[in-house]
Amino acid sequence: MAVAFDEMNIPGGDLRPAYQELARWLKETPPEALEYRRQEAELLFRRIGITFAVYGESESTERLIPFDVIPRIMSGKEWTLLEKGLKQRVKALNMFLRDIYHGRDVLRAGIVPDDLIFQNPVFRPEMNGQQVPHDVYVHIAGIDIIRVDANDFIVLEDNARTPSGVSYMLENREIMMRLFPDLFARHRVAPVERYPDELLSALRSVAPNSASGEPTVALLTPGVYNSAYYEHSFLADKLGIELVEGRDLIVKNNEVFMRTTEGVKRVDVIYRRVDDDFLDPLTFRPDSALGVPGLMSAYAAGNITLANAVGTGIADDKAIYSYMPEIVKFYLGEEPILKNVQTWRCREPKDLAYVLDHLGDLVVKEVHGSGGYGMLIGPAATKATIEAFREKLKREPEGFIAQPTLALSTCPTCTASGLAPRHVDLRPFVLTGSKTTTIVPGGLTRVALKEGSLVVNSSQGGGTKDTWILDE
Amino acid sequence: MLSRTAENLYWLARYVERAEYLARTIDATLRVTALPAAYIGKTNEWDSALLTAGVATSFYEIYEEANERNVVDYLSFSADNPSSIRNCIEAARLNSRSVRTALTSEMWDTINSAWIELQEVWSKGTSTREDLAKFLRFVQETSLRFDGSAYRTMLRNDAYWFSRLGLHLERADNTARILDVKYHVLLPEEEHVGGPLDFYQWSSILRSVSALTAYHWVYRETLKPWLVADLLILNGTLPRSLASCYDNLTRNLDQIGVAYGRQGPAQRHARGIRNRLEHSNMNDIFQHGVHEFIQEFISDNSRLGEIITKQYLI
Repeated sequence: MAVAFDEMNIPGGDLRPAYQELARWLKETPPEALEYRRQEAELLFRRIGITFAVYGESESTERLIPFDVIPRIMSGKEWTLLEKGLKQRVKALNMFLRDIYHGRDVLRAGIVPDDLIFQNPVFRPEMNGQQVPHDVYVHIAGIDIIRVDANDFIVLEDNARTPSGVSYMLENREIMMRLFPDLFARHRVAPVERYPDELLSALRSVAPNSASGEPTVALLTPGVYNSAYYEHSFLADKLGIELVEGRDLIVKNNEVFMRTTEGVKRVDVIYRRVDDDFLDPLTFRPDSALGVPGLMSAYAAGNITLANAVGTGIADDKAIYSYMPEIVKFYLGEEPILKNVQTWRCREPKDLAYVLDHLGDLVVKEVHGSGGYGMLIGPAATKATIEAFREKLKREPEGFIAQPTLALSTCPTCTASGLAPRHVDLRPFVLTGSKTTTIVPGGLTRVALKEGSLVVNSSQGGGTKDTWILDE
Repeated sequence: MLSRTAENLYWLARYVERAEYLARTIDATLRVTALPAAYIGKTNEWDSALLTAGVATSFYEIYEEANERNVVDYLSFSADNPSSIRNCIEAARLNSRSVRTALTSEMWDTINSAWIELQEVWSKGTSTREDLAKFLRFVQETSLRFDGSAYRTMLRNDAYWFSRLGLHLERADNTARILDVKYHVLLPEEEHVGGPLDFYQWSSILRSVSALTAYHWVYRETLKPWLVADLLILNGTLPRSLASCYDNLTRNLDQIGVAYGRQGPAQRHARGIRNRLEHSNMNDIFQHGVHEFIQEFISDNSRLGEIITKQYLI
């Protein structure tokens, strides 16, 4: 594995310009002061109750995502390039989804193989030919970005279903501003606080035509036991919209209503944080108690907007991901600005053979996996784990893709033995409304806190950092 | 607002109020049982504590004997007791999490901090009297903080009123229950009226509803059973009296009615109870039978809870 790109230090001893002021500040600040504020930050997080649940642990386990107080900094110039690439990518994702559920030009042109769509469990035949309001499928996208050098941004994953993490982006900034006012005074950091407003306008802009002039938006959550529940309540609060559960909604005459103390009230747009499978027991899983019976027929009748649309999981698929550069070119006629990680599709025999031969060097992921669950990191795995994975892979090759182990870039991070470089990624949030696409400068930086670790997922012990885009 | 949100706010306030009441009950019982036996007679005070908390039946399914250790444990920490202080705080926090958007940050902070603190107390246990006293004080302070932050920070809209409804309904129930269990010592014709025995019983009752000092201010008299009953049932200046609770319940229900532009059975039922309290005096109540009066009140009060639920919360 190559040496990781250090976002702060240039080999030879110089600092990258964006980090110069931070480095000066770090030199002036005694380690105890840093440690003190780190503890204060943790206390604040616990008091605010910014916790998440880890699946597989006991129900009452609520954990804090570790927060690292050293900000990750990017120059305005870098951001401008990244922003352009993100908009391009999400535009292509939306066009791809519309095409898949309508004309299917992309299949006829042979860009993506048919069976990858039609035999895909996250493809939703219910969406065939269905008009979604304003043709927007992915209203909120979380595109995971990594860096391996100073020039390129690489997409690691497209999250087009119900990406989470934006509450951490907002709360991290809030807490940093409280704890480090002096450090902010020495930088010009682009603000992120308008995200809730941008999100609300995007959601309002995609209301169905049958909605009233002031469309009613609600956030649908699976409930307090969901791992991202804090974020759901946080966003509903910031947007000033009702946080509803399935049992709060009813469908009458193909319209959706919420039960209120004054009777029922029509809902026009649902920002849903419930997976497709659980949305409507009449259409999808009949055993789901989280959903709303009849929701899909109201959706088909065009009386409700679901954000994100149903069936976007297909764009989330890691095998589809490997075709994204061609997909971008196909719809937009442009070269993709953001690169892809080289990907072996285990469904293809030639690729599978290569992957099986190199398991010890590769990262193997489930095509529908997320949250870092169920993946193999070859270089860090024991022989037994690799052999067990090999069997799994042989049994169901179409369920996996493989990628080289990338040296994610590093940022200075507080550790038990002082500041040290740790690997990071970045999840910016791309909002698509009926007319505009917006991205709040920054995103959620996730950091692998263990030395040498490349896994940044919070469910696997990763932490977060505030992400600063310098306004130059 | 969402019916579920209103329901959660209503129950959240009930749980916090109940936790406080349980803490006060334990506190008052500890005091009275610390007295020499000659002062308190033969009644098992721990048994009455269970009765006023309404959990005697479920207690005896687990324990043989109602002594300090068992009862304190059952009322404070037991996971088997659905309305132990611990379960009240757990439930209050779960409710708070479900309706975070309807709470002010101060209210959330109160409940969340109490819950965090509870985890610590729970893991360490309260092995000494001092630990226990500290814990009971903490529960009472949590309720005061919660109430105070609601009062000082919430918008005066339906969210606030539903939360107040829960608080006053629970409070009325608690006051009535303690009267229900202790009514016999309040009867003026009992033979040992005025003996030291009753004095401590009465002051214990007053203490468990934080009205001991208030009694002296209102009546400027030594403790008299019918005055104790008058204070807890009819006195409109005592916040925990049944009359006060119903002043508040009718007002809050009327506020909701006005805001929504219509009223229903909840408003009518609450007004009916309030009228009855307003037109009663202690003589009539004693003639009619304190016990019967209280029993009737408890069932009317819980009926109001059902009506509110049906009208607004589901």
